[in-house]
Amino acid sequence: MSIPPNVSPTAFNTALNAWRKAVGPEWVFTSDEAVALYRDAYSPYYGEPEERVASAAVAPASVEQVQAVVRIANQHRIPLYPISTGRNLAYGGSAPVYSGSVVLDLKRMNRVLEVNERNAYALVEPGVSYFDLYEHIQKAKLDVWIDPPDPGWGSVIGNALDGGGGWTAYPFRDHFAAHCGMEVVLANGEIVRTGMGALPNSKSWQQSRWGFGPWVDGLFRQSNFGVVTKMGFYLMPRPEALISATVTTMRDEDIVPMLDVLNLLENQVVVNGSTQIFGGGRGPAGSAAWGIQVPIYGPEKVIRAQMDYAKAKFAAIPGLNIVESEMLRTPLTPEQMARVRLVNFGIPNLSTFALLGRNPGNPDPAGGHIGFSPIVPRTGESLLEFKRFYNENLSKVTGGENLNIQGPVYMTCWERTLVCLIMFPIGRDKALNAKMRRAFEGWVKLAAERGWAEYRAPAAFQDLIAETYSYNNHSLRKLRETLKDAIDPNGIISAGRYGVWPKHLRKA
Amino acid sequence: MRRSLTIVALLASLTSVAQAADPSGEAVYQRWCAPCHAPGPGHPGTQSLEMKYGGKTPAVLLDRTDLTPQIVSTFVRQGVLLMAPFRKTEITDAELTALAAFVARNYKK
Repeated sequence: MSIPPNVSPTAFNTALNAWRKAVGPEWVFTSDEAVALYRDAYSPYYGEPEERVASAAVAPASVEQVQAVVRIANQHRIPLYPISTGRNLAYGGSAPVYSGSVVLDLKRMNRVLEVNERNAYALVEPGVSYFDLYEHIQKAKLDVWIDPPDPGWGSVIGNALDGGGGWTAYPFRDHFAAHCGMEVVLANGEIVRTGMGALPNSKSWQQSRWGFGPWVDGLFRQSNFGVVTKMGFYLMPRPEALISATVTTMRDEDIVPMLDVLNLLENQVVVNGSTQIFGGGRGPAGSAAWGIQVPIYGPEKVIRAQMDYAKAKFAAIPGLNIVESEMLRTPLTPEQMARVRLVNFGIPNLSTFALLGRNPGNPDPAGGHIGFSPIVPRTGESLLEFKRFYNENLSKVTGGENLNIQGPVYMTCWERTLVCLIMFPIGRDKALNAKMRRAFEGWVKLAAERGWAEYRAPAAFQDLIAETYSYNNHSLRKLRETLKDAIDPNGIISAGRYGVWPKHLRKA
Repeated sequence: MRRSLTIVALLASLTSVAQAADPSGEAVYQRWCAPCHAPGPGHPGTQSLEMKYGGKTPAVLLDRTDLTPQIVSTFVRQGVLLMAPFRKTEITDAELTALAAFVARNYKK
C-alpha cells in the first residue's frame, strides 16, 4: 500500500479507518490489486515514474457519505481525486492528476433522481452513465432524448464537468451549457446548491439556471473547487424527424464561402444538428476537396422548409454538389437503426471504439490514444491556415518519423468554433509513448504561437496547456489560485486539475 | 393487510440478499460486456477478435469454448488494448465470479 505525499502513515491509517466506518470497509480500497484498477490505461507515461497513480480509493454511496469522506480528508490533509464513472479515457481515465491522491470513486452514486418529460429535464448523480439514463427513460416510456457522447458508458455529470459534448441537436450538445443546477460538497463538507436550488423547497431547480446573484456553476467545470454530487440537464423532446444534406466541392478554396454559409445557418439555428466537415485531402484520389454534412432535427414540415432554405444558401456558391438524404422519422425502425449512427438519435453505444481499436484500417493498434484539439476560429481561412500549419510542422514535432499520428479532423460540434483534432496512439511501448509526448508538446507550443489552444486535455499535459493561457502575466491563473485558496484552503480536492494547484504545491 | 405488507417486505429483502450473494452473470455480461462483444457490426470487441483470429476462433465471446473463468477474470481486471480494466465499483468481485462462470459456461477441456 502506498501513502499520499506529505501524509504520515499514522494520519493515513486513521483516515482509512474513519472512511471504512463512513462508507463500509468493503468500499475502501487499499490493496495493490484493487488500486491498480484506477490506473489510466491510456496514460502517456504508463509504467514510468511520472505516471499519475492513486494511493487508495474510497467509494461512497450517498451525499452524506461524500461529506463524511471529504471532512475526514480535510482533517488529515489527504489529497482526494473525485471521479464519476471513471471512464474519462484519453483524458486521464480514473487516475488522479496529483500522484498519490486517494480516488473518491462516485460510481456507486448511480441514481437517476428525476426525469421530467413535461419540462424535459433530468436530475442525476455522478455515477449515472448515458446507458443508465437512456435505460431509465426507455423503461419509463418517456418521450425525451438524451445527448450521448461517443462512448455511452461515461458519466452524464463527469462528461459535462470535463467539457464533453454529444451528437444530437443544438443546444444540447455542449453538455455543460445544457446543465441546469448542481449540488456540490465543498472541501469543508458543506453542501451548496446552485441557481434556484439555493431556495429551500425550490420547485424550479432544473428550469432556471441563474438563480439570484453571481452564478458560480462555471467554477466547478474542469476544476477542483468541490465535489459535484447532483446535476440537472435539459433534455430534448423527441424530434419528429431528421433530414440531412451533404454538400461537397472539388475546389480547396470553396471551404471559405461554404463555412460562411454554414455559420449563418447554424447561428440562425436553421441548422441545429451536429454538422461535420470531411475531406481536406484525406480522402482517396478524385474525392471531394471538402464536404459538409448538414443535419436538421425537428417537425417534418418545418425541417423540410429549413432544408430548402439551407440548400438555397449553399447553391449560391457556384459548382457545389448538394445531395439530400431521406427524411428519417422517429422513432427509427430496427432496419434504420442498423444503418445510422446511433448517437445522432440519442442512443448511447460503444461503437466508436470500433474506429479506434483493431480494425481493417488499423490491424495492429497501440491500444489507447490521446488527442490535441485546439479551438480555431470558424472561418475557411482559419481552417486552411490550420491545414498548412499541420502539414508544415508535422515532421518538426515528430522528428521526421512516422508515428501514425492521425489528423487533423476539423470538428464543428461546438457552435461558433472549429475544433482541430490531432490523435496520437498510446500503448505500452515507453519509447514510443515518449515520442508521442514530445509531438504533443510540440503541437501545444506551436499552436499557442498562432493564438490557438486546447480546450480539454489528459492530466499529463494540463499544466503545459494552462501555461499557454498566459494573458497579462497569467492573471487568470492567479485569480483561480486565489479562489482555490479561499474555497479549499488545505488543497485537498483534485490538486493540479487543469493547472490549478493548491498553495502548498505551487511551483515558486 | 399488515401481514401481507410484512410478507412483501420479507420477500423484497430476501430477493436483495439473494441478488447480493448470487448476482446473475448474464446480467453483468449484458451490462458491461455486450456493448462491445455482442454479435454484429458496431461491436468493437467482436470486430477486434474477428481480425485477431481470422475465423479460427469465434469472435463472439459467448460462442467461445476455450475460455476459463480465470481467463475471463484476468481480462476484466487487466484490460487489453483499448479496453481499460473494470474497477470493483463497476464489477464487484462477486459479480466477476458470476460473470466469469457465465462467459466460460461452454468451456471444454
